[in-house]
Parts: sequence; C-alpha cells; structure tokens
Amino acid sequence: MREIKPEQLDDLARGAGILGTGGGGDPYVGKLLAQQAIRAHGPVTVVDIDEVPADAMVVAISGMGAPTVSLEKIPAGTEEVTALRALERALGRRATHLVPIEVGGLNSMVPFIAAAQTGLPVVDGDAMGRAFPEAQMVLPGLIGVTVAPMAVADDKGNTLVLDTVSNLWAERLARSACVEMGCSVSCADTVMRGDQLRDGLVPATLTLAEELGRAVREARAVHADPVAAAAGMLGGVRLLTGKVVDVERRTSGGFARGEARLAGTAGDTGRTLELSFQNEHLLARRDGTVIATTPDLICVLDTDTGDPVTTEGLRYGLRVTVLGVPCDPRWLTPGGLDLAGPRYFGYDTDHVPLPPH
Amino acid sequence: MRIGIDVGGTNTDAVLLDGDTVLASVKSPTTPEVTGGVTAAIRAVLADSGIAPTAVTAVMIGTTHFVNALVEADRLAPTAAVRLGLPAGAALPPMVDWPARLRAAVSPGLSEPAVYLCHGGHEYDGSALSPLDEGELRRAAADIAARGVRSVAVSAVFSPVSADAELRAAEILAAELGPDVHLSLSHEIGRVGLLPRENATVVNAALRELAVDIVAAFTGALAGAGITAPLFLSQNDGTLMDVEHARTHPVATFASGPTNSMRGAAYLSGLADCAVVDVGGTTADVGVLTGGFPREASGEAELAGVRTNFRIPDVLSLGIGGGSLVDLDAPSVGPRSVGYRLTERALVFGGDTLTATDLAVAAGRAEIGDPARVAHLDRAAVAAALDHIAVRLAETVDRMRTSADPIPVVAVGGGSVLITGLPGFADVRRPAHHAVANAIGAAIAQVGGEVDRVFQVPEGRRAAVLEEARAEAVAAAERAGARPGTVAVVDVEEVPLAYLPGGATRVRVKAVGDLDLTRLPALEDARA
Repeated sequence: MREIKPEQLDDLARGAGILGTGGGGDPYVGKLLAQQAIRAHGPVTVVDIDEVPADAMVVAISGMGAPTVSLEKIPAGTEEVTALRALERALGRRATHLVPIEVGGLNSMVPFIAAAQTGLPVVDGDAMGRAFPEAQMVLPGLIGVTVAPMAVADDKGNTLVLDTVSNLWAERLARSACVEMGCSVSCADTVMRGDQLRDGLVPATLTLAEELGRAVREARAVHADPVAAAAGMLGGVRLLTGKVVDVERRTSGGFARGEARLAGTAGDTGRTLELSFQNEHLLARRDGTVIATTPDLICVLDTDTGDPVTTEGLRYGLRVTVLGVPCDPRWLTPGGLDLAGPRYFGYDTDHVPLPPH
Repeated sequence: MRIGIDVGGTNTDAVLLDGDTVLASVKSPTTPEVTGGVTAAIRAVLADSGIAPTAVTAVMIGTTHFVNALVEADRLAPTAAVRLGLPAGAALPPMVDWPARLRAAVSPGLSEPAVYLCHGGHEYDGSALSPLDEGELRRAAADIAARGVRSVAVSAVFSPVSADAELRAAEILAAELGPDVHLSLSHEIGRVGLLPRENATVVNAALRELAVDIVAAFTGALAGAGITAPLFLSQNDGTLMDVEHARTHPVATFASGPTNSMRGAAYLSGLADCAVVDVGGTTADVGVLTGGFPREASGEAELAGVRTNFRIPDVLSLGIGGGSLVDLDAPSVGPRSVGYRLTERALVFGGDTLTATDLAVAAGRAEIGDPARVAHLDRAAVAAALDHIAVRLAETVDRMRTSADPIPVVAVGGGSVLITGLPGFADVRRPAHHAVANAIGAAIAQVGGEVDRVFQVPEGRRAAVLEEARAEAVAAAERAGARPGTVAVVDVEEVPLAYLPGGATRVRVKAVGDLDLTRLPALEDARA
C-alpha cells in the first residue's frame, strides 16, 4: 500500500504514454485533472493485487471517445463518479476498489480522478497491460468477467446503464451512445471480485509506468539515452532507429488506418521498417518481413527525447526508434489472439514472436 | 521596392530589395529605444542605395520583442480569461498549467487570476454544448471592470469548429466593458486543443498594450526616415500581417526569427528544398525547407513554460557560432561564446580571446578585423579545429535530413564564414548577402490563409470536403491581402480522429500568395 502524490503522476503519465503504443490518448489533460483532484481531496492510496480482500468489489473506471475531443472539451471532472454511482445503484452494492481498464495513455489517469473524490483505493494493475481500442479487449473477459453492467456518464450529467448479452454488444452500444453524448464520456464497468484479480489483471502496471517514466526523465537529465532506458525497463527489443519518410492515412470500414515508412539511420542505414497503425501501432515489417504484431507492444519513441509518438502525431521527418515489447502471455492464448491478434484488426498474418535481443 | 528588417536581441539587420535584387544591406546594433535603431537602419540602406524614401512601397519587420516580453515576464498587461464551456472543463480553469511566476505577471494586484468559467461553447460537430448565459457573462464583466482589468481573453470549447459562442460573448463583454477594452478571441489565435489555444489567447491579450506601443514605435521609425509606405510584421509561418492585425495579434510573431532566416536562405540560394544552417554569434540553427517553407516541429511549442499549439519550425540548435570560445589543443569549439562582444574580445579585433571567427580569419576564409593578430596560430591546429566544426555541423544536418538522397545545404548568418564545406554534403552554398538572410526573409514574405478544424467526412465525400477546405484557405489568404490568382495551397494535412467511427477528420490547409499592394487602401477601408 502506498500513497500517490500529484508530482508522481508526472512520471506515471510519461510512462503510460509509452505503454499506449501510439494510442490511448495524450495523458496530459488526464494528469492535470487527477492532480487537481488530489490537491483538492488528498492523496490516493494504491494497493497491490495481493492486498485486495477476496470479497472486494473492484470497478474499472475509464474514459471512452476521441482523445482529440477530450483535449478540446475538457471533462467537467465529475463524470467518473457519476458513472460509478450509477453502476452502484444498478447493482445495489458499493465499490471498494477502483482499477484502470488500460495502463496505456489517458486511461491510466482516469481512476485517480474518481479515487481522489471518493477516497477509494486504486489497484496496482490493469486489464490490458497496454492500450487497446475496444471495450471487449480485456483480459478479465478470458476468465468470464463481463464488461456489463456498464455505466456511462457525460459532462452534462446524463447517465446510461447497459446490460448486454456480450462484451461486443457492450462495446457497440456504449460507442454509439458516446458519439451521441459528444464523443467523450466516462465509464464504470468490468466489475470483479478481489479473488478474480490475479487471473483477470496484469499486475503492478501502475508501478511499471511510474518507473518507466522516471527512467526516461532521469536519462534525459544526465544526457543519457532515454530510449535505451525505456527499452531496458520494458525488456523491449529495438526494431529500428530511423526517420519517418512517408505517412499514408485512409478511412476504411469507418476506421482510420494508416501506414508509415521509416528509413533506418546510424546502425540501421539501408534498412526500412513499415509500420501499420489504426488507433495504435499494430504491425511492423522490417525489410519486408513481419517482425512484430499486436498484441505485443509496438512503441514508437522520439529518438532524442524518449517521448512516445502517437499514430496521430506521426509526421514526415520525425526521428524515431521503434521498440517491440512482449505483451502479457495471456494475450497469446487462442482466446487472447481472437480478441486482439493481428487478424482481428484486419491484417492477413498470424502473430509472430518478437525477434531476439 | 521593399525594405526588410530583422530586429533581434543583438543586431538590427535591414535590406532594400528592388524586385529580386538586393540594393543595400546593413547590420547595426539593436538599441534599447526601438524607434532610433530602426530609423537608423532604414536611413542606412536608403543612403547606401541612393533610393528616395518615397520610392519604398512596403516595409516588413520581424521582431523578437513580444516573445522576449513573455520570457522576461515584463510589460504584460493584467488579463482576464473568460471560458465558455460549462459544465465541461470546470475541473481545469484557464491558466491552470502556467508557471506561478507568469500567472502572477498577468494578474498584478489580484489575489488570484481573473478567470471566469461560463456556459456556452460547442460540441465537436458544432452543435451547442450548453446555452450561452448572458446574465452570467454580464456578472463576469462587472467583476472584470471592478478589478480594473482591461485585457480579456475569450475561449469557447470547439470554437475552431464554430466561432458563434465566442463572437456572441465578445459582443456582450464589449457592451459591458466599453470600447477601449481589448478582447482576444481564441478562434483567431490557435487551433483545436483548448488549453494550449486558450494559453496563447491569454498571452496575446496580455501583450496587447505592448503591441500598440511597439507598432507605434515602428511606424514612428518609418515616419522618421520619411517613409509613407505601409508596414507589415512577420508571423510564425513566414507570412505577413498588416499593422492593424499586428496590434491585435502580437502572439503571431513568436517564432518569426528562424522562419525568416530559412525563407531568406531559400530566396538567396534559389532552392526550395534544402537544409539551412544559420550561424550566429553563439549558436548554429539547422532547419529543413520543403517547398520553400520550413518543416514544422511536431508536438506543442512550450514558450516560457506555457504550452501553446503554435506550429513552429523544426530547428536543431548547436552551440557553435562566430563568437564560440576555441580550445586548439582538444580541439573543442563552444558552447561558451563571447556573443555580442565579439568585436572587443576576439583576437582579430585586438582582444585576448580565441574565437571561432579568429580561426576563419587565420585560415584565410574571411577578412575580418586584423589578420596579423592571428598569424601566429599553428596552421595545422587551426585546420583541425575548423574540421571539428564542420564535422559537428554535418552531424546535425544529417540528423535533420529525411532521406539518404543528396540534399543541398545553404549556410547563412554572420557566423557562416566558418563553413566552406561539410563532410558528406557535396553541395554547400553560402549565397551573397548571407549575413542578412533573416531581413531578406522578412522582405520577401507572402500573405497566407489557413483552415484547421474538424470536418465531417461522409463516405464518398472526401474529395468534396477537401475542395471546400482548400477554397476556404485560399479565400482567407485573399482576405488577408494576397493578390487573387497568385494564391497556392502549400500544405494539406488530414488526420481522421482516433477512436471515433464516422469520418470526423481534422483537416488543415494552408495557402499563400503574393502581397497585393494595390488593394491595401481597400483592405483598410474594409476593416474600418
């Protein structure tokens, strides 16, 4: 058990941005919101999975919608607790713990806003170990935990509680409500008992994000290589260091898709890497051969600063290093690959293991 | 006949251009009192060329005054921020992410910043977020008036999509606060991203009084030199704004320095695609031009600790300039520099400090000061130190290039005498008038228009939407004073919003054209 103070969220947000694999939204506004909430209400307690009682009621708190929208229409700050209370009313029980649905990006910060306001502790773990775009792409789904009942709240105070026949339906209905509510909402869902967390969550990912953010910050401060610091912390493989020489985006089937071509520099001169992305970086081909795929993490970092490069921020001329980082092994089971393997995202390839170091 | 002027922290450079020909150029020290230095620079180029002041058709000035005022937290006006967006955004009020020192600088005499959260604003598709509450705005205005604040920044959620809420609020605030209050509206300042756009708008409002003074000083300098031609200021993207716009949008000048020197380099070399190395007294700034415009940096520009979403040129700075201190034994050059005191400290000027400029003179690359004073330097050591400079500059250029294809390099700036060649780059040029490239960049600037907002792109309508955005950008350039027929679209970027099905796409189009001097009176009438 430990307390999180506002300053620590700087490192956590930096690390969460890297674990967002190009998506998940810029944690900046979420971090400011969480810091304001902690300043107003006091520090947030973070507990390890082992410390959660077996009969605890653990609720995942997250944001849904377009991150670009939340950077413009900044949340009211009340959405998370509004959603949580609506879920509690529907269940007739009170939550005892909160947890992030994904450690990657903006959603790493969102539970801290509700935790500061309610005094509930946050569990050190998450349901993905990275960022994914859809509500059903969560590890608790593999052990039978359902996303619904799911409560959705907007900035105006509207709430909606969904009871659905499958996680896929929860995603579909919540997504369309989200668009109607202004493309930026908060969700309370994926209710778990304390004794389900070991099998349902990736443990200690908040600690990982904070240590990752600190490693990058400290490397920068002493003019060491921040990308090497990140790779070391994550056990990641450097796939290429180079420059973005072409970015192509298109919309197909209602989703934004794109490819970026990178030309190697320094030790990688002469090599190329083609990056396929949707909301996150999902596939990497080096010199024409697939070498990394979702659900493994493909992290694109600014070579000089170690800052994550998002799919929306990919631009001609950026100097980047691409890291492949192994995902939680449960994602590589048949059920995990059905949810978030390359074929789900429309790529005609199976998952391939990352190359050796 | 145009005069271009770059007012930097150390030097004021001026050039007189007749079409494509540089008739005269001058480099003189910047004076603390603005008018005198600029008048002297104008008089010098007129005298050098023998041109009458009445023959000048336009004067373009690039200035660092406004960005320096923010960096030094000096001469900022007390400023209120009114945001329309409740119930959204309540948790993060305006200026929440500012350094305390700057927040205090725009709130003098106030116990806390004058910020007002009000209803109004829009959703991503332009529909109403919440109805504007006129009574709420009148109460805010009364409080602003009671605090004696005369500059107000107004921001509304999604104002880049629809400016209606900001415009209506501005009407109400102007009616309550009287005609001499200054209102900065965020949709005229920045792009999507509320906090950084709002930050830039507050900075703009805080600089407004200074802008009036500086513009008056510049127009006074022109009058002092007998010039009746109109004055323009350079903006971040290398385009121009007229005096009236400059008075109300000073924040748009923030990154004009590097932009002007790169555009000047393109003009002098005749290259639209090249790397530019601008060597000053203390640093060398390396950038890349594509299509005649600087490549822009990714991410948000942080200025004096304030996040803004301006697009600024992607520049890598290296601590090597004409005034850099040299250790011949290592050899090492920079990052410490004698800076503006080159003419007293360098060996060739009779000083006691070995500088990079001394190396260039010793190697016979430049005739500056007294070459006899560096004749004693060991030739091999001088050559080795100059090689060291070339290698480090070449590394920096290499980091900026985006392909292995050969890329020409243009060296400009007073310190570019250090460069004769760069290893790995076959084509390195130092064009005539390289020392005043920034003033040239100001003189040749064009007029631009931009569109940057979220468009709904239904299936099969992409081409039509892009055409609509292009036409809007071209019309904006023409409204800003570009000659119809000369306006070309120079940049199109479309980014579908992530995690959002349905084709909402952020489209950015930039168009530029030649300044139409014949339409100036008409433009002024249109504004009056």
